[in-house]
Amino acid sequence: MLRYLLNKVALLIPTLVGITICAFAFVRLLPGDPILAMAGEHGVTPARYEELKQQFGYNLPIWEQYARYVGEVATGDFGVSISSKRPVFEEFKTLFPATLELSFFAMIFAMVIGIPAGIFAAVKRGSWFDQSLMGTALVGYSMPIFWWGLLLIIFFSGYLGWTPVSGRIGLQFFLRPITGFMTIDSLIYGKWDAFRSALSHLVLPAIVLGTIPLAVIARQTRSAMLEVLGEDYVRTARAKGLSSARVIGVHALRNALIPVVTTIGLQVGTLLAGAILTETIFAWPGVGKWMVDSIFKRDYVVVQSGLLLIALIVMAVNLIVDVLYAVINPRIRAA
Amino acid sequence: MKKTMTFAAALLAASVLSGMASAKTLVYCSEASPANFDPGTTTGGNDFDASSRTVYSRLVEFKHGGTEVEPGLADKWEISDDGLVYTFHLHPGVKFQTTDYFKPTRDLNADDVVFSFDRQFNKQNPWNGDKYLPNLTWDYYTGMDMPKYVAKWEKVDDLTVKLTLTEPNAPMLANLGMDFASIVSKEYADQLQKDGKMADFSTKPIGTGPFQFVDYQLDSVIRYAANPDYFKGKEKIDDLVFAITPDATARIQKVLAGECDIAPYPNPADIATIKANKDVTLMDQAGLNIGYMSYNTTIPPLDKPEVRHALNQAIDREALIKSLFQDAGATPAENLIPPTMWSWNKDVKTDAYNPEAAKKVLADAGLKEIQLWAADRVRPYNPNFQRAAELIQADWAKVGVKANIVNYEWTKYREEGKKKDRPGAFQIGWTGDNGDPDNFFATLFACSAIGVSNYSSWCDKDFEDLIQKAKKTSDQAERTKLYEQAQVIFAKQAPAFLLAHSQVYAVVRNNVSGFKMDPLGIHRFDGVDKAE
Repeated sequence: MLRYLLNKVALLIPTLVGITICAFAFVRLLPGDPILAMAGEHGVTPARYEELKQQFGYNLPIWEQYARYVGEVATGDFGVSISSKRPVFEEFKTLFPATLELSFFAMIFAMVIGIPAGIFAAVKRGSWFDQSLMGTALVGYSMPIFWWGLLLIIFFSGYLGWTPVSGRIGLQFFLRPITGFMTIDSLIYGKWDAFRSALSHLVLPAIVLGTIPLAVIARQTRSAMLEVLGEDYVRTARAKGLSSARVIGVHALRNALIPVVTTIGLQVGTLLAGAILTETIFAWPGVGKWMVDSIFKRDYVVVQSGLLLIALIVMAVNLIVDVLYAVINPRIRAA
Repeated sequence: MKKTMTFAAALLAASVLSGMASAKTLVYCSEASPANFDPGTTTGGNDFDASSRTVYSRLVEFKHGGTEVEPGLADKWEISDDGLVYTFHLHPGVKFQTTDYFKPTRDLNADDVVFSFDRQFNKQNPWNGDKYLPNLTWDYYTGMDMPKYVAKWEKVDDLTVKLTLTEPNAPMLANLGMDFASIVSKEYADQLQKDGKMADFSTKPIGTGPFQFVDYQLDSVIRYAANPDYFKGKEKIDDLVFAITPDATARIQKVLAGECDIAPYPNPADIATIKANKDVTLMDQAGLNIGYMSYNTTIPPLDKPEVRHALNQAIDREALIKSLFQDAGATPAENLIPPTMWSWNKDVKTDAYNPEAAKKVLADAGLKEIQLWAADRVRPYNPNFQRAAELIQADWAKVGVKANIVNYEWTKYREEGKKKDRPGAFQIGWTGDNGDPDNFFATLFACSAIGVSNYSSWCDKDFEDLIQKAKKTSDQAERTKLYEQAQVIFAKQAPAFLLAHSQVYAVVRNNVSGFKMDPLGIHRFDGVDKAE
C-alpha cells in the first residue's frame, strides 16, 4: 500500500511542474501587454511604462521570471493581487470555504438523486423510466450552466418567488465568519433563521452546479449496476431465494459502487470548473467568481496563482480518490 | 408572575422587532467587488462607489446629478489672478468618522488635506510605496497629469490650505472633485503606522463622508451605517448595504423581487421587462462618453477634410446606432462632448447621411480601399465594435470604398491604433473623468496627445490654440466661448466620425426617493430616502 501511495505521489511531481509552466505561460501568452492593460484608457508615457515594467519584474528575462515565480510558490508565497494589493493566498483562504460549501451541497444533490435513479433505471432496464432518465441525463449533461442558472432564477425566484435570487444568506443576517461555512457558522451562532436563509440560498446554485455530476453519476451507476446484475454471484444470491431488495441493495450495489466512487471523485474537477460560472451568476463569493473577476480586471497575479491553487486541490482530491479506490478494491494495490 | 414575565418578554421582543423595523436599510446591488477602500489607489467606478462616494468627501464636490463644481470640505476658495495659486478655506468642525477601529481626537484640518495629496506623489512619504501596499501606481494622480501641474501643497493655518501650480490649469478644480482627491485622515494614518498595521488603511476606511464603513465580506456584502457626525447632516437612511451581484440579469431579478432597492447597468434585453413592471422605475441619462472613429489625418487621401466628410456622409448613422444600441438607445453625437456637459455647442451639427454626394468626392479623391479597425471588447460607448465595422463596411461599399476590417485584442488594439503611421479608420471612444471639457478635447485631440490618445494624429493650430487658452483661463464663461469655437473647427475639419453618447441606466424601486443618475457614472446615496 505504501509503495502504491509513493508511486502515486511521485507521479504528481511532473504534473505539478507542468501546471506551474502552464499557469506561468498562460498569462504571458494572453495577447496584450499587462502593463498597458493595467494602465487603462489613459495610457502611459514611455518613461512611466519602463518604471512600471521594472516594478513588476517584467523587464527580466523570461526564464528568470519563471525561476523567481517557482521559488516564490515553493516557499508558499503566491504573490499579491495587482488590484486589491492583498496576498493572493489570503483571499483564496477567505473565499474557498464558500466554494467548498456549494460544491458539497451540489455533490449531495447529485448523489442523492443520481445513485437511486441509476439503480432504478438499471433494474427496470428498457422501461419508459430508464429511457426517459437516460434522455434527461444526456440533456442535463449538455446543458449550458449559464443558461440553466438564469432560467432557474427567472422561474423560481422571479416568477414564483420561492427562492432568493442570489447571494449566500439574507442581508438582514450579519454574521462574522468563524469557519467560513455559512450553514455551520449560523448554527454556531445559534441562529436558526439564518441557517434556514443560508440553506434557501444554496438550493438553486447547488442544483445548477450539481446537474452535470448528477447526469454523470446516474449514467455511471446504471451501467455499473447493469454489469453487476449480470454477474454469477447475483444469480446465486437470487437462487438462494433472497429478496430482490436484498440482492440489489446488498450484493449488487456494493460492487457497483466502486466505479461510482471514482466517478464522484473525478467530478471535483467538473465542480470547480462549473463553480466559475455558477458563482458568477448567483453572486456566490467563492474562488470561481474571484477568478472571473480577476480575468476581467487583468489581475495576472491572481489568475496565475488561483489557477495553480485550484489545480493543486484537484490533484489532491484525485490522489485521495486513488487511495480510497485502493482501499475499497484490493486488486488495484496488487497491480 | 409567570404571566407577567411572558408579557414582559413579549413586550421586549416587540420593541426589539419594532426597533429593527424602524432602522431604514437601503440595499444597492453593485456590479463588482471593490479592489479596496482607498480611492487614491483604485481606478474602477465600482471602487469609487464603495469608497470615495460613501465614506469620503473632497475639497470640492460635483453637484449631485451634474458636473458643476460646488463647495465640499472647502466652504470657499480663491484663485490668484495669474491662475497659479489656489487658496482653500476649510469648513470648521468637520469630524472624521468614529468606528470600533478608530476614535478621532481632533477635527479635520489642513494637515489632512496636505497628507491626502502628498502621499500620492512624494516618494519620501511612507504611505507612497511598498510600506503601505505593494506595487502602488497611483494611476489617477498620474493619469490626470497632477505631477506636472502641482508645484506644492501648503498648510497656511489649521483651516486654510494653499495649492501652487507650475502653470495655469483651469481643469484643476474639477480634478480636485475627483475620487482620487478624497481627503483621508492623517491622524488615522499615523496611528496605523505606529501600530504596524498600515495595510488596514485600505481595508478599514475612515473619512468624513455621509456613511461610515462597518464590514466587508469579500466578494459578497459591504455594510455601512449613516455617519452621525456628517458635516452636512445625518443621512435619512440608517444602514446602507452593497450586495455584490455581477450578473446583470440576476441583479435585475433581485430588484424586481425586492431583494435590492437600486441596481445599475441592466442588460438592454431586460429593458422592456423593467419598463413593464410597476414596482420599479428605469432611470436613464446620457452618459459622459463618446463613441467615435478616428481617421489618420496624416495619411493621404485622409489628410483632406473633404474626404473625411465624405466618409462620414456615407454612413447611415441612424441605422447604425439603432442596430448597435437596440432598446438601450443612445444619443447621436453632434459634438465630441455630450450635451450634458457645459460648453456643448448646440449650433454645431455633424455630417448628415448623403451617400450620393459622398460617392462623387471619394471617386475624385481616388479612395478605393481603407482599413477599418474593430476591437474585441464591449465598451459603454460602443457595445459591439465588430458589428459596427460590418455595418460601416456595407455602407462604404455602396459608395465604392472597400473596407478591410482589422481586429486585435483590446490592449494590443489600442497599442497599434495610437501609432502615428496607423492607417485607416480606428473605432474608439472615451468616458469622461471629471466633467471638464478639457478632459475630452485635450485628452483626445491635443497635439501633445499624438501617439498617446490622439488616434487621428490630428494637430490643428487653430483648435490647439483655443483649447490651450481655455485650459489656462479660470473664467468659466470665457472658457465656454473658447470650447464652443473649438467645436466649430472640429466639425469643419472632421478628424473623426462621431457615433453616439450612450445612455446609462439604473433600476430603482418606487419606494426609493432622492436617487439621481450621475453623468460621471458614479452612484451616490447621500440624500436618498426610502419609504417603508
